[in-house]
Amino acid sequence: MGRHIENHQPVIIRNLMVWLILLLSLLTLLAPFSVHAEYGDVVFNKRAEKAGVRPVIFPHWFHRIRYKCNVCHSEIGFKMRAGANDIFMANIKNGKFCGACHNNQIAWGAENCHLCHSGLPGLNSGIRGGDTTAGPGKW
Amino acid sequence: MKQSIAKQFLGVCVGLCIAQTTFAIDTDSNANSFWLPLAQDELHDPAGPALNQLQSPSEALSVLPRDGAGDQVNWVKALNNGNIKPRINIRSNTQTEVLDLDVLLRNTGEMGMVNFPHKQHTEWLICSNCHEGIFKSKAGATKFSMYDILNGEYCGRCHGAVAFPLTECNRCHNVPHTAIAAPAKAN
Repeated sequence: MGRHIENHQPVIIRNLMVWLILLLSLLTLLAPFSVHAEYGDVVFNKRAEKAGVRPVIFPHWFHRIRYKCNVCHSEIGFKMRAGANDIFMANIKNGKFCGACHNNQIAWGAENCHLCHSGLPGLNSGIRGGDTTAGPGKW
Repeated sequence: MKQSIAKQFLGVCVGLCIAQTTFAIDTDSNANSFWLPLAQDELHDPAGPALNQLQSPSEALSVLPRDGAGDQVNWVKALNNGNIKPRINIRSNTQTEVLDLDVLLRNTGEMGMVNFPHKQHTEWLICSNCHEGIFKSKAGATKFSMYDILNGEYCGRCHGAVAFPLTECNRCHNVPHTAIAAPAKAN
């Protein structure tokens, strides 16, 4: 009888191990759910930090909720290529580029420096796709 | 023997309960952490004065139709459902002219053919955003490859960081070559 139990114990443990492995596999399968969204943010830092302000972070998601693509990429004239638009603060204050809306009429004005110049020091200019796409041209 | 089966059954039940709870917690936390707060996006300076004034992505995006890629928002659905009502002009009388015209790109190698729908694109863009600069209007006149697209040209101008990313192969390559079989030779 004693031998009978001895023979069974390891089998139970082995089976439990199998279930444990299955359970862990299941949890591993669920792991991809913890990905983060990619925002398509554009960093402008060609001149910002040299001029003593934080880099500009432009959020596509915020703007496309409120405006269709053609408003900025046709009416205002932003080229659809990060880095292709040479933007000076003087242009913005004269109603060009961001200043077409950020004029205290459509959106808050350009004197609110910190709202755009909100980036981490040292960021490189360009569009950010994130870890799934790495952004255009980064494959 | 019966006891051991019972123990295993109990073990499985407990295991499934733990798994479900873990999943539930995971999903719950996703609702909040899926769209990283600006302070954690590695772009915004957490020490900057703007962070408590700028809208958080989760506040704006978590209420829109979900997608499984990119910024996790199905923007076409968001627009069609009326979840968002983006303006189409700011100072001129620009009107978007929705064009319901599909273009089939057949020369796609082993991948399925690409059905390009003008409709979804013209709901966001006007003709001149793509024509004649990025694409010629004449179907077939613009030659490009997936390599170009991956390098941010042609479709890759938008699809990647802004429109749904290039990892979503089958959303574009969605017509099997067998769907349009070569016409059978006359008997």
